[in-house]
Amino acid sequence: MTAPPIEIRDLHKYFGELEVLRGISTTIRHGEVVCLLGPSGSGKSTLLRCVNRLEEPTSGSILIEGEDITSEDADVDGLRTRIGMVFQQFNLFPHLTVLRNLRIAQRKVLRRDTDEATKIAEEMLARVGLSDKIDEHPSRLSGGQQQRVAIARALCMNPDMMLFDEPTSALDPELIGEVLDVMRELAEAGMTMLVVTHEMGFALQVADRVIFMDEGVIVEEGPPREVLRNPQHQRTKKFLRAIEIE
Amino acid sequence: MYGLLVLVAIALIFFADWEQIGESFFNVEIMRDMFPEVVTIAARNTIVYTALAFALGMIWALALALMKLSSVRPYRWFAMGYIELFRGLPALITIILVGFGLPLAFGWRIPGGTLGKGAIGLGIVAAAYMAETIRAGIQAVPRGQMEAARSLGMSPGTAMTYIILPQAFRIIIPPLTNELVLLIKDTSLLFVLGSTPQSKELTKFARDVMAAKVNATPLTVVAVMYLIITLPLTYLVRRLERKAEAEKR
Repeated sequence: MTAPPIEIRDLHKYFGELEVLRGISTTIRHGEVVCLLGPSGSGKSTLLRCVNRLEEPTSGSILIEGEDITSEDADVDGLRTRIGMVFQQFNLFPHLTVLRNLRIAQRKVLRRDTDEATKIAEEMLARVGLSDKIDEHPSRLSGGQQQRVAIARALCMNPDMMLFDEPTSALDPELIGEVLDVMRELAEAGMTMLVVTHEMGFALQVADRVIFMDEGVIVEEGPPREVLRNPQHQRTKKFLRAIEIE
Repeated sequence: MYGLLVLVAIALIFFADWEQIGESFFNVEIMRDMFPEVVTIAARNTIVYTALAFALGMIWALALALMKLSSVRPYRWFAMGYIELFRGLPALITIILVGFGLPLAFGWRIPGGTLGKGAIGLGIVAAAYMAETIRAGIQAVPRGQMEAARSLGMSPGTAMTYIILPQAFRIIIPPLTNELVLLIKDTSLLFVLGSTPQSKELTKFARDVMAAKVNATPLTVVAVMYLIITLPLTYLVRRLERKAEAEKR
């Protein structure tokens, strides 16, 4: 039996005096798509960023395929190549063309030669439907296209799992669909995904499980239909009502 | 409004001793005598001193900037102390220290004569200024860039080299060019190091001709030489700044 992609054990995180994560434990299984929901400030982005150690947890541990990424002697850079990350602000490298964006980590981290890296970059760009943009600079692309390139860039590392930190929150409404479509295809292809999002439709249709967080704890979790249609907790109900009014 | 200005101008034109001015500052014979050495030796040396000092200063400045941003406290303290010290001292003091102070104290000379001593002295000073510029450039790159690079598995050094620094340098090309112009002018301080006929830069060259001919014309000539070197650069800075401004919008 192989270790689960992500196993979080009693995770605590303080920012100064403020405890933003107050004992989070959960396991993401292979091929599972999990959506993290909750009001802003609930700690869901912080939790996601702890998973690849962009944030340093205060206590607790996170096992990536059985290896503790929070331990002192962890090979953090090595583990990160197995964890794709997609940001709210895309964070493409503006001084590089799309092709170079997709190639640079393959070359410098995985030590692939240029031909191989180019081939993989072209493949992943085709997968997100942007083959014709290969020589453009990111600033020439729409937000939706930039985010799709960012997804392709993460996929070039052949990650075992993907983290999405509000991937559509910075997009104009008409551009959200194209990014969600790419994510849906990725989920159908069996990628393990942990997604912080406010897109309830996506959570309902694509997620195997949703986790509702508030004030640094998991309030409830389960299949999206149960949690979203028939929430058990007062805080979940209140959040879902607020979203609907929106 | 312009009345006073016109009056002063007319007064100057009438009362100035034009013959004396022409003889002292625009003596054609002395000008002719200065060529070609003012170009082939003096201007060339000014450019060579500047280039070498700039290259040394840049490398050292990059190291200082990274130290100042380091999470290791002693590095930060060292960089901060260095930058404050050499920005606070007159450049001339540093040049004299490198040229005469160190040989006096330790009995060894920096190799390469005026070029070696001058470039190192000026480089030490320039590094202090450029370090602050480079640090500001690195900090102007959005945080998300480092996060994206690290989340792809890049080490801090790899991310800095291929992602952060290329963007930082693009941001700071205008201020760095300004510092280059200041450095060109500061090479005039190297006269204190003494020189052989072959190692004179523009200012020293002009002073020697002035002393020999008892005439101020060499000043005019080298002033024009300095401007020929610096004006295109300042023009370039203005263009780059305007371009950067346009891109922001």
